[in-house]
Amino acid sequence: MSEEILATFEVRRLTVLNENGDTDETLMPELTDAEIWRMYELMVLARSFDERAVALQREGRLGTYPPIRGQEAAQVGSAFALSWADWVFPSFREMGAHLTLGYPIPQLLQYWSGDERAQKVPPHLNIFPFCVAVGSQIPHAVGAALAARYRRDPAAVVVYFGDGATSKGDFHEAMNMAGVYGLPVLFICQNNQWAISVPLKGQTASASLAQKAIAYGFQGVQVDGNDIFAVYRATQQALAKARSGSGPTFIECLTYRMADHTTADDAGRYRSPEEVALWNGRDPILRLERFLAARGSWSEDKGREVRSQATGIIDKGVGEMEAMPPPEVAELFDGTLATLTPRQAGQRKVR
Amino acid sequence: MAQLNMVQAINQALGDEMARDDRVMLLGEDIGKDGGVFRVTEGLQERFGSERVLDTPLSESAIMGAAIGMAAYGLRPVPEIQFMGFTYSAFEQLFAHAARLRSRSRGRYSCPMVVRTPYGGGIKAPELHEESTEAMFCHIPGLKVVVPSGPYAAKGLLLAALRDPDPVLFLEPTRLYRLLREEVPEGDYVLELGRARVARSGAAVTVIAWGSMLERVLKSVEEYDADVIDLLTLSPFDIETVLGSVKKTGRAVIVHEAVKSCGVGAEIAATIAEEAMLHLRAPILRVTAPDVPVPLAKLMDHYLPTAERIRAALDEVLQY
Repeated sequence: MSEEILATFEVRRLTVLNENGDTDETLMPELTDAEIWRMYELMVLARSFDERAVALQREGRLGTYPPIRGQEAAQVGSAFALSWADWVFPSFREMGAHLTLGYPIPQLLQYWSGDERAQKVPPHLNIFPFCVAVGSQIPHAVGAALAARYRRDPAAVVVYFGDGATSKGDFHEAMNMAGVYGLPVLFICQNNQWAISVPLKGQTASASLAQKAIAYGFQGVQVDGNDIFAVYRATQQALAKARSGSGPTFIECLTYRMADHTTADDAGRYRSPEEVALWNGRDPILRLERFLAARGSWSEDKGREVRSQATGIIDKGVGEMEAMPPPEVAELFDGTLATLTPRQAGQRKVR
Repeated sequence: MAQLNMVQAINQALGDEMARDDRVMLLGEDIGKDGGVFRVTEGLQERFGSERVLDTPLSESAIMGAAIGMAAYGLRPVPEIQFMGFTYSAFEQLFAHAARLRSRSRGRYSCPMVVRTPYGGGIKAPELHEESTEAMFCHIPGLKVVVPSGPYAAKGLLLAALRDPDPVLFLEPTRLYRLLREEVPEGDYVLELGRARVARSGAAVTVIAWGSMLERVLKSVEEYDADVIDLLTLSPFDIETVLGSVKKTGRAVIVHEAVKSCGVGAEIAATIAEEAMLHLRAPILRVTAPDVPVPLAKLMDHYLPTAERIRAALDEVLQY
């Protein structure tokens, strides 16, 4: 008889850029100044998009919209590491990733205006339509990875979801299957600490979400989700691992949902202003600005210039979105099936 | 031509199509080395390798969800759900994703896959192993639902389903797996989805059935002048053939093993009432299971439609 330790494990947390804008040079990923500046522009663009979308909703020009405020580093930093050949399975709160990958802005806005034509993803992007049913997109990534491996394609597959999704069965089933087959999948969890009104501690008794990967037989890492360099570094490493056939990785980006769950929500009902104020101070954009300022490449004027550039891009996108003709009634039917059923064809005729 | 049972006919269709089209991949529980719990996929992993005949964890939602990702990527997955009663945990994937992907993405992505699952009662199996909840799936726009009634139909319909550009739920009546043998051509043939088959011609009454009930109906109507329609595809069902027959006979009896309320029979009856009311000489009758959960073996004879109950319905409409 004996009692022995079967397994021990450790969970790592990665920070490269701290709140003061200082970096750990040994952990700093290889990025040119131009690339870092581009990351900054994309984060500002994502913020600008988000602020405008909320404003448009308030004016009745968009439908219900889920803000991404606070999650720009997690989204831009991860998507920045991807190539166009990679497959991306988003939830519904990763517009920063869409913008980074070059999803047309009018089309992104069009979706939130209630026009499903927006989900016809441009042919050069392997992005799946938004997924509103929480966590149900996670198994799709596993299937795409199986297909990519079968086809001997070098593509990696990225699936985004939030902390709430980690409580769903599909998260478990997909993580488990990816582990069993050792598939090239990156599970990127944006832990924004709130699933509508339920805080993280109401979602899990686990000390981190990252450690959940251990039970599925692969690596999980927590990164400071407001640190764009840490997010980028972890994503890049996981991509290299996936492409070399070394299996999946779970990346928990610990961040914060600075805004309401959606424009239909009022977060003031369930969380304290002190908590929100604390995280406002940890704004991922401020942090990168401090880093850039310390290097002499950022100033108030330059910041204004980048913001005004972003506003111009969004203005143009809004104009183009609002100039789109409304969908034809036939849109209700077309694409339901490759060939409509006789009954559908009849219904289409008389609508 | 070889005499095959339904297990052999389905196995042949899968093997032939996998040899013809390298996009076809099978995934499911125990389908590889074990050949499936009904041995439907026997020998296929040996022939095509474990990458194309994938033994999965016990994980219905991930099986269905992964199949969606594979289909969107350009493959033609064939997920097997071990019993229809286990499709419920994969229902969200079918309803929210597989059936909607083409529409939601406006054609950028599609989901050509065939979900195979054993279906129906009468095999003395445990709970949730004898379900016939086809109506739930017929309520989903974007999904086709097919039920073969014998080995010949099974092969032709499965080949058609495997080549269909959209998702198809292929329900295999377990009671028929080894009950019937038919001549099944070795070569390639397809039976068009959405087309019913007139299994027997008659002029006095139309009887509509599918799956294992077709066999029971054919045995029950030997002494009747009945036009028997084997529906084969439940969604979309062949309205034209049903109406053509009812307009000829003026009487309709629908037989299914699922519960009565909101069953596929209700849809067929409503369609007949909408389109052929003035041709009817008697009320449309349904012979179905009662509105109760599927029982275990000891009560099964009181649950499934019997020859007596089918004949009683025929007598009722004929004497109306």
